[in-house]
Amino acid sequence: MDVFIQQVINGLTLGAVYAMVALGYTMVYGIIQLINFAHGEVVMVGAMVAFSVIGALAPSGLPPLAIVLVAAGCAIPVCMLIGYAMERAAYRPLRGAPRLAPLITAIGVSIILQHLAMLIWSRNPLAFPQIIKVESYHFAGATITSVQIAILSISLAMMVGLAALVYRTRLGTAMRATAHNPQVAGLMGIDANRIIALTFVIGAALAAVAGVMVASYYGIAHYAMGSQLGLKAFCAAVLGGIGNIPGAMLGGVLLGVVEALGAGYIGDLTGNVFGSNYQDVFAFIVLIAVLVLRPSGLLGERVGDRA
Amino acid sequence: MIRSHFGVIAIAAMVGVAGCGEDKKAQAPATLTIAIGSVAPLTGGIAHLGKDNENGARLAVEEAKAEKIRIGGKEAVFEFLAEDDQEDAKVGNTVAQKLVDAKVAGVVGHLNSGTSIPASNIYSGANIPMITGSATNPELTERGLKGVFRVVGRDDQQGPAVANYLIANAKPKVVAIIDDATAYGKGLANEVEKTLKAAGVKVLAREQGTNKTVDWKAVLTKLKGRGPDAVFYGGMDSTAGPLLKQGRELGVKAVFSFGDGACTDKMGEFAGSGAEGLLCSQAGIPPQAASKKFLDAYKKRFNIDPILYAPFTYDAANLLIEAMKKANSADPAKYLPVLQKIDFAGATGRISFDEKGDRKDAEMTIFTMKGGKLLPIAIIKSGKTIKYEDFVAQSTAPAADVAKK
Repeated sequence: MDVFIQQVINGLTLGAVYAMVALGYTMVYGIIQLINFAHGEVVMVGAMVAFSVIGALAPSGLPPLAIVLVAAGCAIPVCMLIGYAMERAAYRPLRGAPRLAPLITAIGVSIILQHLAMLIWSRNPLAFPQIIKVESYHFAGATITSVQIAILSISLAMMVGLAALVYRTRLGTAMRATAHNPQVAGLMGIDANRIIALTFVIGAALAAVAGVMVASYYGIAHYAMGSQLGLKAFCAAVLGGIGNIPGAMLGGVLLGVVEALGAGYIGDLTGNVFGSNYQDVFAFIVLIAVLVLRPSGLLGERVGDRA
Repeated sequence: MIRSHFGVIAIAAMVGVAGCGEDKKAQAPATLTIAIGSVAPLTGGIAHLGKDNENGARLAVEEAKAEKIRIGGKEAVFEFLAEDDQEDAKVGNTVAQKLVDAKVAGVVGHLNSGTSIPASNIYSGANIPMITGSATNPELTERGLKGVFRVVGRDDQQGPAVANYLIANAKPKVVAIIDDATAYGKGLANEVEKTLKAAGVKVLAREQGTNKTVDWKAVLTKLKGRGPDAVFYGGMDSTAGPLLKQGRELGVKAVFSFGDGACTDKMGEFAGSGAEGLLCSQAGIPPQAASKKFLDAYKKRFNIDPILYAPFTYDAANLLIEAMKKANSADPAKYLPVLQKIDFAGATGRISFDEKGDRKDAEMTIFTMKGGKLLPIAIIKSGKTIKYEDFVAQSTAPAADVAKK
């Protein structure tokens, strides 16, 4: 039982990160029906910027928590800027083009970002500085670390904040209106281009936080870390129903738990025919299953016809 | 990063210009251009090790070029062609074919077993000798291909070495074995398992990740429930570091042991204080036990210390060059028989090959992590365990030989 509890804790932490990244995919898709495959790279940039800032500030003797907050505080604006630049330079010129064009552009942007990061931060896997001492807490035979608690609570807070932004503010209303019908929203005096750019920027901010969290969780950052994470988060977004914000949150958390439990128990269930190396496969099995059985995703009634 | 690249290019350009100038002045007779290829992953998770391998070979070729050796009555102009196989067998085959098409005289590489094995078919088919300085999977030389050599030990020597050291020192009853599902990681893990089982140690069902896995929590949680006394992981440092860190965070108390791919100082950075006390093995001898002449030259040329296998790729390239010198030809058909029978004092000690192309009497080294640094604790040679300090005292003799040359 304690092993099971531990696996669920592992899965929830992983899922919280997936959910944060999945939100970026789903928000953009909800508004312009573009799968922004460069989103995973924004997560990577967030981690890398934080890596550099922590590296620069670590010898200064500031309290570790302050350093990490400053690092996140630097990573977020950098990622927001990248999100904005991406939308402005790569996607806006293709508005109204066939859907394949921006999709391929997104893959191109992803490759560019990856290689720029490789030039700046080298191709070595970087040891993400562990300046805050990790405390472990034990309960019911399971262990939860302070980093896991931080990831869970920060992502919960950010998701609540996002939900409040989207469903309780004028900006959120404008976003939802644009998602519903950009032309009509435009007639109502909403600047659709501005809203779309803002969506990218908000998604990028979430990605930056996710990047810092995932790098400090695993203690490693790498210029190619974003692609796999991005794909998993994309699966999570599809699982929840792409374009649907609560769906992305639910999909992310579910996918994390499915992965952890799957990797933990597949060996026993199949008599060691399949092993834990199939961990990464679960996300894609889920993706296929969802596309076959329920293309609109768990909560994704609204954009089902478009998916 | 960018600046250092430009630096290299600038130096290369200057060397090139200077070389041309002298050629013209001396009105040299016909020169013989000899291209030596080097393949290692220069992008991806272990690019740092790839660059290290490339640097070793590059240093050897540059030194040979500066020496202006005469081969077959002509002045040899050595060219160095470095390729990136991205740690991927498909890309590895592509660049291998590229080197064959470029008519290289010999190849140093590849770094990984998973890329070296398929690529060796291409080189052997084109009659181009290859010497790997780091691929340790036995299969590479077991298939009877002509012209395939390695200057490091094999997994079936390394696996038993680390397993026996583990049995003798950690005395585990139950051992968990994990690998990264690559030819290298799995092969090494299999050898460790064989030795442990032969010694009557209980081995849990194998767990696997991939060579990109950073999330090991699910696997480790499962293992924790089975209470192993020791864990062995076959894989590279970029996956082994997170494995160790997460293992300690989950409260796994077992001794963690690794093969050479995870026997780097990076483990201390990735796993922090969790890395203390790990055990790991390296095929061959630690870079810092290589000849002083090599270490100084490497540091001077690249401004860093060699990380892992650079002394071996340096020797590999030198072996090719030495065989060419002795055969007085850069034609593989002529120098290959010489290479097969060579007896060479390299930066890593004496090198000669057995009939399969493996290095005779290859050494294995056992390390532990102390204060964030890897410390060699024992050298295993021909089945005997020698304390590291004793070995260094012994090995100064061949090192001095090399220095004199």
